[in-house]
Amino acid sequence: MTTFVSVLYVLAFSLFIYGLMGLTGPRTAVRGNLIAATGMAIAVVAVLLTPRMGNWPLIALGVALGTLVGVPAARTVKMTAMPQMVALFNGVGGGAVALIAFVEFRTTQGFAGEPAYVLVASLFGAVVGSVSFWGSLVAFGKLQGLVPGRPIGLGQFQQVVNALLLAGAVGCAVAIGLGGHSELLMVGALAFGAAFGVMVVLPIGGADMPVVISLLNALTGLSAAAAGLALNITAMIVAGMIVGASGSILTNLMAKAMNRSIPAIVRGGFGGGGGAAAVGVAGDRAVRETNAADAAIQLAYANQVIVVPGYGMAVAQAQYAVRDLAKLLEEKGVEVKYAIHPVAGRMPGHMNVLLAEADVPYEQLKDMDEINGEFSRTDLALVIGANDVTNPAARNDPGSPIHGMPILNVDESKAVIVLKRSMNTGFAGIDNPLYYEPETEMLFGDAKASVEAVTSELKAL
Amino acid sequence: MLVANLAILVLAGFVGVAVISKVPNTLHTPLMSGTNAIHGIVVLGGILLLGTAATGVLEKILLVVAIAFGTINVVGGFLVTDRMLEMFKGRSPATSPAQARPSPNGAVR
Repeated sequence: MTTFVSVLYVLAFSLFIYGLMGLTGPRTAVRGNLIAATGMAIAVVAVLLTPRMGNWPLIALGVALGTLVGVPAARTVKMTAMPQMVALFNGVGGGAVALIAFVEFRTTQGFAGEPAYVLVASLFGAVVGSVSFWGSLVAFGKLQGLVPGRPIGLGQFQQVVNALLLAGAVGCAVAIGLGGHSELLMVGALAFGAAFGVMVVLPIGGADMPVVISLLNALTGLSAAAAGLALNITAMIVAGMIVGASGSILTNLMAKAMNRSIPAIVRGGFGGGGGAAAVGVAGDRAVRETNAADAAIQLAYANQVIVVPGYGMAVAQAQYAVRDLAKLLEEKGVEVKYAIHPVAGRMPGHMNVLLAEADVPYEQLKDMDEINGEFSRTDLALVIGANDVTNPAARNDPGSPIHGMPILNVDESKAVIVLKRSMNTGFAGIDNPLYYEPETEMLFGDAKASVEAVTSELKAL
Repeated sequence: MLVANLAILVLAGFVGVAVISKVPNTLHTPLMSGTNAIHGIVVLGGILLLGTAATGVLEKILLVVAIAFGTINVVGGFLVTDRMLEMFKGRSPATSPAQARPSPNGAVR
């Protein structure tokens, strides 16, 4: 029976990998996801077939509780709220690892008689799982608006406190490793890990969330792999490592797209101190304001329009309005493309999901490298709720805090219309010189209302 | 057992990097929620411990919570990924003929 179970685990992780291979293209992705889910079902069946299994009612209770919470949440969540949903799902996974490690500690009386690797893997899972759980909860709170999105921190003491908390967690774990059997040590490892998770994510601002979510995802994956090692479940090892790899790749991509190192982002506080830099550029230069009617005329007479969506589009739920506007423009013979910056929004690929929800063909969604050469041939760039990713200061102003970050070259197009709620600076607290360029016009207001107004003006033309 | 499992761990890391690197930017959100669902596999750990090792009341309560957490992760993750991917699916030109299929009353949409 044990061999059979092990074979089922192999089958399960093969299906995970095969399923993920399907995710390389939109057409095969749905099937890929189903294949991975099938793998998961097989893995669960396998563990239930383990010899001497018991406590069935309690297992059923846990699964039922999870299903009751998970299914409605997944069914009803809005696409704009996807980042916080992913953060929450990620967090509970990490929490499960931490709980499992704690129970293992108790049932083995402090890992007495267990091989060293079980002990190391369990403790790693405990600390990392706890960090991931609490960090994800804070990320969820920030994205959901329960916790202010701006960086919250202790200033210069932050790093000291964080280092102490991490040292505390590792210290407790090492003490257990050296033979400490006191349950207090295990609670300490988990509690220090929790505090570390909270304190690391709190000072990180909203726009850095794509990196944070990816990083937490990677951490949960690694903790799952560690738990799998401790429990000798191969499917768990493989699944955890794949998630760890995926999370690490995404974290790296996001950090690169912001031209910032991962340690710098984790140190946080970005934007909090950006005020000084903003003053230099702001001055009292005037922006040119436009209205829906003029914007509609400009759009109608353009040959090519590039839409640059940002988090503002998500907040205003404007993706359907944008799609309607683009359709109307295409009927009038205007070519419409979308320029997607890798860190636009609050998680990797956030804009793509929103536009896909609104039925925008994904062929029209262009990556930064693909579209940047086209701005100079573009009559009009329509910036909808994006700010820092269009800031030319990142390219020209060595003094700017975001200098060196790859941006969308919106300023190269012949004309720019920026839809924005007000002249408030973006997340980074940095003024955007794009708004003062002679070819730029501002259309103030809620993104959705503005786009709808432009659409109706366009219809009236 | 340890060495074999370590080998699996390392190889899985390389496989993960190889497979995930090929996923296009467009699908990064579904990728993230899909891999999220996959690490919900920790539910196995909860089930294994509850089914074979747990004795005390506290242990049992904690493991039920762990299983519930893991299940939320798995079920929610796969469902939400499926919802997202469905949105990506039918919008390409390759599948557009489906939209031109006559509806039951004979009219073309």
